[in-house]
Amino acid sequence: MKNVIIIALMLIGTTTFAQNKNAKTTMEVDGVCGMCKARIEKACLSTKGVKYAQWNIETHELKLIFDERKTDTKVIKSNVLAAGHDVEEEKATDEDYAKVHACCKYRDENLKAEHENDN
Amino acid sequence: MKQLIYIVLMFPAFLVSQERISGKVLEANNENQDIGLAGANVYWLNSEVGTVTNIDGDFTLLYKPEFNKLVISYVGFKTDTLTINSPKFIKHWLKPTDNLDEITITSRKQATAKSYMQAQNVFTVSSEELLKAACCNLSESFETNPSIDVNFADAISGTRQIKMLGLTSPYILITTENIPSIRGASQAYGLSFIPGTWVESIQVTKGSGSVVNGFESIAGQINTELVKPSTDDKLFVNLYGATNERLELNTHINTKVNDKWYTGLYLHGNTHNKKHDVNNDGFLDMPLFNQINVMNRWQYVDTQKGFVSFINLKFLNDEKQSGQLTFNPETDRLTTNSWGSEIDTRRYEVSTKFGYVNPEIPWQSLGVQTAFSSHNQESYFGLNTYNIKHNSLYANAIYNSIISDSRHKIKTGVSYTYDHYDEFVNTIDYERTENSVGAFFEYSFDNLELLNLTAGIRVDHHNLLGTFVTPRLHARYSPWSKSAFRISFGRGKRSANIFTENQQLFSTSRQINILNSGGVIYGLDPEIAWNYGFSYLQGFNLFGRKADITFDYYKTDFVNQVVVDWETPTEINFYNLEEKSFAKSFQLELNYNAFEGFDLRTAYKFYNVKTDYNSGRLERPLTPKHRFFINLGYKTKLKENNAQWKFDTTFNWLGDQRYANTTANPVQYQLPERTPTVATLNAQITKVFSSKFEVYLGGENITNLRQPNPVLGVDDPFGANFDSTFVYGPIFGSMYYAGLRYKIK
Repeated sequence: MKNVIIIALMLIGTTTFAQNKNAKTTMEVDGVCGMCKARIEKACLSTKGVKYAQWNIETHELKLIFDERKTDTKVIKSNVLAAGHDVEEEKATDEDYAKVHACCKYRDENLKAEHENDN
Repeated sequence: MKQLIYIVLMFPAFLVSQERISGKVLEANNENQDIGLAGANVYWLNSEVGTVTNIDGDFTLLYKPEFNKLVISYVGFKTDTLTINSPKFIKHWLKPTDNLDEITITSRKQATAKSYMQAQNVFTVSSEELLKAACCNLSESFETNPSIDVNFADAISGTRQIKMLGLTSPYILITTENIPSIRGASQAYGLSFIPGTWVESIQVTKGSGSVVNGFESIAGQINTELVKPSTDDKLFVNLYGATNERLELNTHINTKVNDKWYTGLYLHGNTHNKKHDVNNDGFLDMPLFNQINVMNRWQYVDTQKGFVSFINLKFLNDEKQSGQLTFNPETDRLTTNSWGSEIDTRRYEVSTKFGYVNPEIPWQSLGVQTAFSSHNQESYFGLNTYNIKHNSLYANAIYNSIISDSRHKIKTGVSYTYDHYDEFVNTIDYERTENSVGAFFEYSFDNLELLNLTAGIRVDHHNLLGTFVTPRLHARYSPWSKSAFRISFGRGKRSANIFTENQQLFSTSRQINILNSGGVIYGLDPEIAWNYGFSYLQGFNLFGRKADITFDYYKTDFVNQVVVDWETPTEINFYNLEEKSFAKSFQLELNYNAFEGFDLRTAYKFYNVKTDYNSGRLERPLTPKHRFFINLGYKTKLKENNAQWKFDTTFNWLGDQRYANTTANPVQYQLPERTPTVATLNAQITKVFSSKFEVYLGGENITNLRQPNPVLGVDDPFGANFDSTFVYGPIFGSMYYAGLRYKIK
């Protein structure tokens, strides 16, 4: 157990462990509607190596399965950010955010409330 | 496991002294053991505050009163959102996701659903929709559906036949949980062998179906999902009685055998023993009948390992008697004492389904379906005898996966069918064996927004139909919000079972002629047709309420067809199509949720169905050109104890229809060229007392419309002009019914 922890501590800060063909991860991505869902999932799937992406409108959780030999979470994250969606603590640039459709302006509290009404 | 520790260590805990909430996330299991789920995400909805559970599944998290929705998720498990009002310790079991929907497509909740997203033009009818018209079996459950036409039952079989895109049911692939079920010998009465209460939902696909289910579908596909032991009520009882003294009883009993096995027993009985002759023609308006139908289902579910399996056993015994009021089967069977008919059917079925979804890789799954059925019908109609035995075996293996990513899905597999037919038609024995082996490949692309398409191809080797290729294509394009343009085309090929599909011919004095052309099936060639379709669906808001409108146009072109020629009144002729035969159908449908609880559905249809007979190009007999349909449904607000009132009414109008030519008959047996128009009205009221008990009361054909002379030549049923097939409208007038449903969840 000790060894494990030591190894673990040594590996902190790096993201590559084993080279898994079907690595799973989840991340929280901000968005509000079905259009956001399509945009987020498309941004992920357009990343070479991502095999499966599913974003949940209500929970904002993005589930991913990807080939670690071809990509990593950093690349995927940056692509989602580039699509205009905030990922966890990282904010999409204002330019990228500006590109999302008017109905998808998830940073707008009023809009959020509106979308809650249509569900 | 190691990786999980790393992940845990990578997320430093928030060490600020604020109010905190702690808890434990566990993996749901049947032994109720505490198995901690490490690495699960726990976070407050719409916030950036979150954490990951440690190796024991424990977590602690910052708590603020404004946070109230806690989301717990993990890949491969169902995401749960909990409502938290105070920072108490939380213990939560997360359930593994059931990713088997690739194999069993089911749809519930919405009464009817049209998909904006699918490539195929699919209309889903849910169990709720099926309750709108309480009676009684699958053939009657399309009454509230504008895409499928249900004709009026003839007096002999009492069975309603269905049509889609202007074509009769043999051109529709009818499957039960994706296994072809109503085909061959069961074609004529098969829909009445599936009790309505057994049906969980129905998916209607217009246009050529998927290659996965075989090469036979031409006009479309109707798939019926049956109730499942794991989700159906523990006990369900449905009792139905009608003013014509038809009685039905349905009982379902479902139990959980152990943590993985469920079983259900479904019993159906219906009986009608009262002779009616409202039109005083000496003939029964509807047959006397008795049916016993039993199904036993076994369901195996192991979501952790990703296995799902079904085993179904079915038994059916159906007896019908019809004809003249004076007919006594004991003394008059096959004599000229009086005209009568008996149809006795006995059917056994065993089917199994096995599915595996890789729990690690949700897109990978394997399904294997097998089905065996033995169908035996013994019948006579006046002096005509018709017996058919049909043994059938079906096996299909489907593998689902993706190419590069989940936008590109593939389905591929192999199938095998075996059919043995043994028919006895008056004095002639027809026997044949058909078998086929096929392989299919279907690719679907979904760009997640505007476009998706499904392209499939299959190659089959059939001992009588030869080796042939079946292509099918469906595509959807949504250029703007709430729209869907769809196109489809595909090819279908089938062997026509001329006698069983046209069984009404035996209730006539017509002479049966097969104009043999040296073909392999009754001397005739297989039927081949191409189907092309276009549809446009647009959703919109009208006065702030949801509405949608659909236009669709489909055309079926027969390359070869077995022409059923009724145009000589004393004969029925079967021959291969020489020139052209086509069915064009146009449908305009509007759905509108006008106010809370009130739904309106209305449709207009135009059919142009023509065939080149030996006597020239003619409209297919008894197929109306114009149809109008309207259905109104209103539900009161659901009370706390689930009490509710439901009202439903359907109005159907059929334009005039062409009678098959009768000009060669003596004047008194001649019919006009066309039938009058027909309008019928059905209504039903359901009072739900609680989630356990409800009663319903309804009426069919409330305006008491009747076709005055449904049987030609009643005065001399053994004479040359006797014919009971000219049915364009209801024979029996209005009929009222009442029933109850009792269920224990």
